[in-house]
Amino acid sequence: MTGAYAEGAAGPRKTEASGPLLAATGLRVTFPGRRGGPEVRAVDGVELAIGTGEIVALVGESGCGKSTLARALLGLLTPSAGSVAFAGEPLAYRARALRAYRRRVQLVLQDPSGSLNPRHTVYDAVAEGLRVHGVPGGRDERTAVARALARAGLRPPERFFGRYPHELSGGQRQRVVIAGALVLEPELIVADEPVASLDASVRGEILALLLRLRDELGLAALVVTHDLGLAWNIADRVAVMYLGRIVETGTVEEVLSAPRHPYTRALLSVLPGGGAEPVVLTGEPPDPARVPDGCRFHVRCPVLASGEAERAGVADACRTRDPAVLPAHGRDAACHWAAAAGREPDGRDGG
Amino acid sequence: MTTTNPSVARAHEDGRRGGGRRGGRRPGDRSSSVPPYPRAPAYLTYLAGKLSGAVVSLLAVLVTGFFLFRIVPGDPVAAMTRGMPTSAEQLATLRRQFGLDLPVWRQFTDYCGRALTGDLGTSYQFRQPVGELIAQRLPATLLLTGVAVVLYSALGLWLGTRSAWRHGGLGDRLNTGLALTLWSVPSFWLGLLLIIVFSVGVGPVPGLFPTGGMSSGTTTGPAQVLDVAHHMVLPVLTLVAVGYAQTLLVTRASLLDEMGGDYLVTARAKGLRDDLVRRRHAVPNALLPTVTMVFINLGHVAAGSILVETVFSWPGLGGLFYQALSVPDLPLVQGLFMVFAGAMIVMNLLADLAYPLLDPRVGR
Repeated sequence: MTGAYAEGAAGPRKTEASGPLLAATGLRVTFPGRRGGPEVRAVDGVELAIGTGEIVALVGESGCGKSTLARALLGLLTPSAGSVAFAGEPLAYRARALRAYRRRVQLVLQDPSGSLNPRHTVYDAVAEGLRVHGVPGGRDERTAVARALARAGLRPPERFFGRYPHELSGGQRQRVVIAGALVLEPELIVADEPVASLDASVRGEILALLLRLRDELGLAALVVTHDLGLAWNIADRVAVMYLGRIVETGTVEEVLSAPRHPYTRALLSVLPGGGAEPVVLTGEPPDPARVPDGCRFHVRCPVLASGEAERAGVADACRTRDPAVLPAHGRDAACHWAAAAGREPDGRDGG
Repeated sequence: MTTTNPSVARAHEDGRRGGGRRGGRRPGDRSSSVPPYPRAPAYLTYLAGKLSGAVVSLLAVLVTGFFLFRIVPGDPVAAMTRGMPTSAEQLATLRRQFGLDLPVWRQFTDYCGRALTGDLGTSYQFRQPVGELIAQRLPATLLLTGVAVVLYSALGLWLGTRSAWRHGGLGDRLNTGLALTLWSVPSFWLGLLLIIVFSVGVGPVPGLFPTGGMSSGTTTGPAQVLDVAHHMVLPVLTLVAVGYAQTLLVTRASLLDEMGGDYLVTARAKGLRDDLVRRRHAVPNALLPTVTMVFINLGHVAAGSILVETVFSWPGLGGLFYQALSVPDLPLVQGLFMVFAGAMIVMNLLADLAYPLLDPRVGR
C-alpha cells in the first residue's frame, strides 16, 4: 500500500515499524477564559501514541477535551505546550509543512451532513483533496475518485459522481466523507465520533469498513468516541480521557475487562448488561476552566467519597497530589488508589 | 414571496415519491432520465409554481391599487382647481371627464378592463397618458437607484465578508457600528445635510456639487455624461450610505452561520488554504440570502427613492409619485403603484428562478 505514493512531495517517508506513527508529547491546549476568567485547559498534558495499522479509541464524556485533542493532533489547533510528531518528525505549524502533513493524515467528522458542502457534488467533495495535493500514484483524477468511492463501499462509483449530499442517505454520506479522506491514500485517519449520528445498522457497516481498510491498507486510526461499546468493537488500544488528561490507557481487553480508574469503572458500570451496580457520578460537573487541585477526578470520585481511599491511606494524596501524566505506551491508570491497590496482594484487578 | 423552505421541503417530497403525480401524465419522462440528472421535470414544476404565484400577486396588486388610493383623503377635482375661480358646472364637467361621476363599481370595472389591455389611463394633472409619463421618467430613476443599488450591494458584500471573517475584532465592530448608525439616519435628513455642506458650502468647504436636478441642460455629448455624473454624486452617496448596512448585516450573519460548518473544518483539514476555504466554500454558501436581498433591492430600483428624489429634485418616478399623491392624481398613482409592485414581483420571481441554479437543494 505504501508503495502507491509515487510523488515524494512529503519528503522522505519513514514507514519502518520502529516508533509510533503519530505521537503526542506533553500536549497542552488552552483557550483564553471568558470575560477575564481563568484560562480553559481543554487538553492538559497528554501523552499518546498511535502505531502503524493500529486503531486507538479515545474515550470520554462530552466536554472532556477529546475533540480538541483530535484537532490539535491534526494541526488544526496550535498547542500551547508540548508537541505532536508524525513518523518521528515534530509537526511544524507553518503553512507549507502543514500542507504536506495533511496529505498523510485525514479527518472524518461526526455529522456527514455537516461535513459535506451541500452545494458540491460527491465528485467534487472527494476530488477536493486531489486538487489541493495532486493525485497520488500519477493516476488521473477520475480514476482516483472512483477508486476511493469503491473502497468506501459506494459501487458503482460513477453512479454517485453527480449526486448532491441531500440526495444520499446518512450512511452513504459518511461513506462519501470517508472516500474523501481515502482518496489521498493517507496513513492515519482521525475520526471524531464517526458513527454517532448514524442508525445502528449503518453504524455497523461503517465500523466494518474502517476495520477492512485497516486490514487491507494498513491504515492507522484514532477514533474519538463517547461510546465504550464502539471502542470494544473496533479498537486495539483505548485511552480514557477525563478533563483534559488521559486517566487510563491499555489494550481494549485490559481497560474494558479490568478497569482500574474509578472513572473508567463508572463509565463501564452504566453500560447495559454490565451486571455490576451502576455508579452514578455526583458532584460538580467538570469545568476545564477550573480543574480541581490534586487528582482532577477527586471531587466526583466514588472511591474517595465512600472512604475506600481513606482505608487505602491515599485520601490526602487524592486531594493534594496530581497523579503523574501517563506514558504513551503500556497499561496504566492515573489514580493514587489504583496504584496503592495494585501493590496490595488482594488488589481487585491483577493489573 | 420568497418561500424557500416550503419549496425545499416540497422538492424533497417529490423526489421521494418519484414524481408520481406528474409521472402519470408523461410516463416516459422519469424512466428515460436515469440518475444522476433527473432534474428537468422537477425544475419545470418549480418554474410553473413560481410563475403562477407571480401572476396571482400582480392581480392582487391591481385590485389593491384601486381601493387603496380611493381611501386616501382628498378630492382630486377640488385640489386641482384650488385657487382658481371655478363654477359648480365646471367642476361637474371635470368630474365627468375623469369618470369620477360614475359609481365606484363601474370605475373599478373600467379600470380593470383598461389595465388588462395595458392602458393605465390619463393623468388628471398632466393631461398625458400615464404610460407615457412613466416611460419619460423611468430612465432617470433607473440610472440613479440602479447605480446606488449596485454600489451598496457590492460595498455591503465586501465589508460584510470581511467583518464576518474577523468577527469580534476592532474592524468588525467599527464596520457594523458605522453601518448601523448610517442605517438609522433618515435619508432625507442626510440628503439635506449633504446639500448644506457640499452644495451650499459651509465655512471653508466650497459648494462642490449642484443642489439638485439631473443636469444643467447646457451641455451635450461626453460633457453631458460628466455633468449628469456630477449631479448624481450626492443623491447616490445618500442612498449608498443609508442602504449598505442591510447587505452588510445579512452577508455577515449568513457567513457567520456558515463558518460553524463542519465542511469548512474538513476542507481545512485537507490542506486547503484559508482564503480558498473562504472563497470556495464559505462565501458561495453564505451568498444565498444576500442574493435574494440584492434582487429585492433591484425591485426597489423602479420605485426609486421618493424621499431622496424629492430632496434632490431628481426627475424620476419617486418624485412623480410624490406629485401624484399630493393631488391625488388617481390614474397616475395607480399606474405607478402597478409599476413599483410589478418590478418587485418580477425581481422576486427572478430570484426564485435563480435559486435552483445557486443551490442544488432547491427546486429539484
